[in-house]
Amino acid sequence: MSVSVERMVKVFERPRSLTGAHSTYCPGCHHGILTRIIGQTIDDLGIVERTVGIAPVGCAVFAYRWYRCDALQVAHGRASAVATGVKRARPDLVVFAYQGDGDFASIGTAESIHAANRGENITVIFVNNQVYGMTGGEMAPTTLVGQKTTTTPDGRDPALFGYPIRFSEMIAQLEAPVYVTRQALFDTKRIQETTKAIRKAFTNQVERKGYSLVEVLATCPTNWHMKPVEANRHVAEVVTKVFPLGDLVNRG
Amino acid sequence: MPKGTVLVDEERCKGCGLCIAACPQKVLGFSGRLNRSGYDVACMERPESCLGCAFCALTCPDVAIEVYREKVAS
Repeated sequence: MSVSVERMVKVFERPRSLTGAHSTYCPGCHHGILTRIIGQTIDDLGIVERTVGIAPVGCAVFAYRWYRCDALQVAHGRASAVATGVKRARPDLVVFAYQGDGDFASIGTAESIHAANRGENITVIFVNNQVYGMTGGEMAPTTLVGQKTTTTPDGRDPALFGYPIRFSEMIAQLEAPVYVTRQALFDTKRIQETTKAIRKAFTNQVERKGYSLVEVLATCPTNWHMKPVEANRHVAEVVTKVFPLGDLVNRG
Repeated sequence: MPKGTVLVDEERCKGCGLCIAACPQKVLGFSGRLNRSGYDVACMERPESCLGCAFCALTCPDVAIEVYREKVAS
């Protein structure tokens, strides 16, 4: 690189709340974009000293390595329950649970719904990529009808496996949540929208407003057998038809 | 228009190409250079066109891109 940056101003750099660790995610995986957005949000709100992240089981199992804040890595599906415990013991802390669709919407269904129903003052980030990534591309509760996975090699058949679950819509039926939204990361506009949503979800907690859920439609190029750019297009053209974007609850 | 430039951390880059697709000025491309992990890393193919909009950096899943912009006299 021969371009001189001496007389230029830096307009984008790595958020300070992120460690220098290289991510373990596959090329093009949206987990990395979301990690950067959360790090930026923690920077912007100046809360790194009092933030606790709850890492799930799944591809994000190492999430505690990416942030300079404290973190716990908990049993599969139980991130919202552990976030509840941390927040109730130390209400001065800012607690976020980071969970995939298998973790949040399958194994952790009970914990996820009841944390929302109690209106716990926590922030939950729910990453929906319609597949179990880390374990080898099996069907998730969110897998689309007809989608091929290693456990649905002929595509998801609703007669055998039911339909993709719209978990955020279920949570939006509850009285307590103050903010429930579904966002995506397939282009820069959506990345900016997601950044605003994450910031709102953290701010709600800082202002003691209550439970916030940000579902983020993400890609899994590896298990979808698509190139990253193609996977982005798939989210824009196919996935958003089943999981529409936008706010479901906004009582903030 | 102010000029911009980007620095790609080649050891972080996984060659996913999302930055190349995100760049409105078609500045970025694959360099053909492999990093230690074996990924073909992104580079500025047409640096003269960069405006420093940072769309590439917003999109990069590995936070491998820093963006700089020329100072504009106010």
